[in-house]
Amino acid sequence: MKNIIGREVPEYIEGIGKTDMFIGAWEKLKKGWMDEPTIPPPNKAKTPHLSKICETLEEAIKKTSPKDGMTVSFHHHLRNGDNILVRSIEILANMGIKNITLASSSLNEVHNPILKYLKDGTITKIWSSGIRGDIGKAVSEGVLDIPVIIHSHGGRVRAIHTGKINLDLAIVAASAADEEGNATGSHGKSAFGSLGYASIDMRYAKQVIVITDTMVEYPCIPISITQNFVDYVVKVDSIGDASKIATGSTRITKSPMDLRIAKIAADVIEHSGLFVPGFSFQVGAGGASLAVAKFIREKMIKSKIKGSFILGGVTSYVVDMLNEGLFNAIFDVQSFDAAVSSSLMENSNHIEIPAALYANPYNCGCMTNKLDIVVLGALEIDLDFNVNVITGSDGTIRGASGGHSDTASGANLTIVVCPSFRGRLPIVKKYIHTVVTPGETVDVLVTERGICVNPIKPELEENLKKAGLNVRKIQDLQEEVEAIVGKVKEVEYTDKIVGIVEYRDGTIIDVIRQVKK
Amino acid sequence: MLYIPGNNPAMLQQGGIYGADSILLDLEDAVALNQKDAARILVRNVLKSINFYNTEVCVRINHLDTPFGLEDLEEIAPLQPDAIRYPKTETVEELAKLIQIIEAIEDKHNLPHDKMTIHAMIETALGVQNVFEIAKFSKRVDAITIGGQDLTADMNIKSTKEGSGIDLARKMIVMAAKANKIDAIDTVFVDINDEDGLRIDTEYAKQIGFSGKAVINPRQIDIIHDVYMPTEEEIRKAYRIVLEFKKNKKEGIGAFAIDGKMIDAPIMTRATQVLELANIDFNSI
Repeated sequence: MKNIIGREVPEYIEGIGKTDMFIGAWEKLKKGWMDEPTIPPPNKAKTPHLSKICETLEEAIKKTSPKDGMTVSFHHHLRNGDNILVRSIEILANMGIKNITLASSSLNEVHNPILKYLKDGTITKIWSSGIRGDIGKAVSEGVLDIPVIIHSHGGRVRAIHTGKINLDLAIVAASAADEEGNATGSHGKSAFGSLGYASIDMRYAKQVIVITDTMVEYPCIPISITQNFVDYVVKVDSIGDASKIATGSTRITKSPMDLRIAKIAADVIEHSGLFVPGFSFQVGAGGASLAVAKFIREKMIKSKIKGSFILGGVTSYVVDMLNEGLFNAIFDVQSFDAAVSSSLMENSNHIEIPAALYANPYNCGCMTNKLDIVVLGALEIDLDFNVNVITGSDGTIRGASGGHSDTASGANLTIVVCPSFRGRLPIVKKYIHTVVTPGETVDVLVTERGICVNPIKPELEENLKKAGLNVRKIQDLQEEVEAIVGKVKEVEYTDKIVGIVEYRDGTIIDVIRQVKK
Repeated sequence: MLYIPGNNPAMLQQGGIYGADSILLDLEDAVALNQKDAARILVRNVLKSINFYNTEVCVRINHLDTPFGLEDLEEIAPLQPDAIRYPKTETVEELAKLIQIIEAIEDKHNLPHDKMTIHAMIETALGVQNVFEIAKFSKRVDAITIGGQDLTADMNIKSTKEGSGIDLARKMIVMAAKANKIDAIDTVFVDINDEDGLRIDTEYAKQIGFSGKAVINPRQIDIIHDVYMPTEEEIRKAYRIVLEFKKNKKEGIGAFAIDGKMIDAPIMTRATQVLELANIDFNSI
């Protein structure tokens, strides 16, 4: 059947069960409490002065008594430098463990080597906020019998709280830790910054292993992972490739196109009515999104406007804005480059936050709810402003839901920035492959060819028009794009569902079907 | 004015999005000899199919002395871009030849002679010497531009960042343009990563009278606009001058003072130019 935004979602999905249909971005939250109970975290005990130290990761994993059908979790703070996830899965596979549910907060190209374990039945189910590289392609082609479930960062916390994801083992990589398992990502040779996504795993996993390449004397400060949740501690030579952990993605782009889009987006912000003292702000790390921060910084200095807080994925560029006094604080759930780590250590107004505080919809108010302005990217956007950030133009899984729908839902002004087409591929389309973020939570689309305001925000449209900005109908833009690039041949799918896109509240907003070869 | 190589489809289709006042689709120096035909066909099709919004579109053809110039004109002139830029203009005779060919093409296609203008590009010492006559020659010539790189080569001097070797030429070109009430557009600043250098060069161009500047990368556009855009204070002052002028004129007062300073015709002209740059309609005041 079609859900409220017109996406065809079956009422029952094999391997998943009955579908809880998406009913609108805030409908399920309106009554103020949730029907799904929070499951109790495990009760654990340990007698005094017993050592948690294991000589190898293998020894630690064996001590947790892994079993067929277990769920094992990881965080993705090591980005494309991570070598813990692959190593851990290899160990479990060598032990003959089968039917594993993998619950990594995201999967990147660096995890490609585990593809063989999807093929041989070691891993049979995946929960993740994003899947890139060979795994995304293979999943789209139907390598797993059970569909993968794509959740948002906030949705992951909710799914763990409510027991939809039932963690047996969490393997938490940290750049520094002590013998009891107090751990951080903010210093050590592989420093990566915030450990925000691992916090929920630590609290809910039946067993927790902390793995580090920098053991420090007790106590490890600051404490992001606390010893009372940690079962075992392992020291290894390396948790990953430091050069890839520090991606360096935080340099402002030199692409004229991205800069142009970013400049228009900054003009939109300036004239939105929300660019006022005390505003809160979130931008992503790449391309046009980060470049918006550059132009906003210039406007803040010129207009002498000081903001309240910066949220989310944090780059060294926004850390500089904090240091310049342009904002009061940074709440950091994920650091995008290693340079951020030292700020986390030294600046008391740069605060590490857990994913639950960042974006979990099932609580008394996560920080995304307090956002004024967020700037987000898109792989595709349709005429109702629904956004796809998970499947590419060929219909295969190659992106990440991440905090997209969380922040869009919370912010007063959600701006999507993207070119209207890339190469010969339209980005603004009548029909998009997958919906991750519903259009009702997206206010403005900014492209190189103009600004489109969601009709649900007529006042905003009026403000932007008054400021002389190039506001146009999204339908006109789509037609212009189609005239330039031509009609694209639609991707063909089979009936097999290979992925489910959960909205942050746990309802199903869309499904991803197997791409026909 | 943004230069776009005529053989680069990706850049051509995005020509109108960067906020340049005008774009130059280049069939000449940016295009290799073995790409000339392809570029001509591509630019022709782009002119037919791509919306450049409010950006003025100019096409730089090859010189008529080359094997490509005539074919360029035959393909491009019927499409009537806003302007044709003619490279290495040295004498009025070659300008006369160019206009004769253009008008013959226009007649063949029943097109008017007063729509598409000509930008004469001065790139040689001889061109500089003749620039006043070139600027004066025809009403179709509505801008004179300087090609700094070629001029430097023609003069056999070293190209420097501050462009001291072509300073006299720049000033002569501006003077010729101003004397004939047409635009003068400055040469490009080639180091795209030197934003401070571009700003200094543009400030100088503005100071000596150029009405605009060519760019080779869209990233350079904002700096040039920033330099040429009057400040808020200048706009307020100009607004006040025009307002007072209109009020006094109504009351039959010719000369008047603002803050103790006499407002005369040149100051009024300058104030009007400032408002024009700020997109403020004189009649709305």
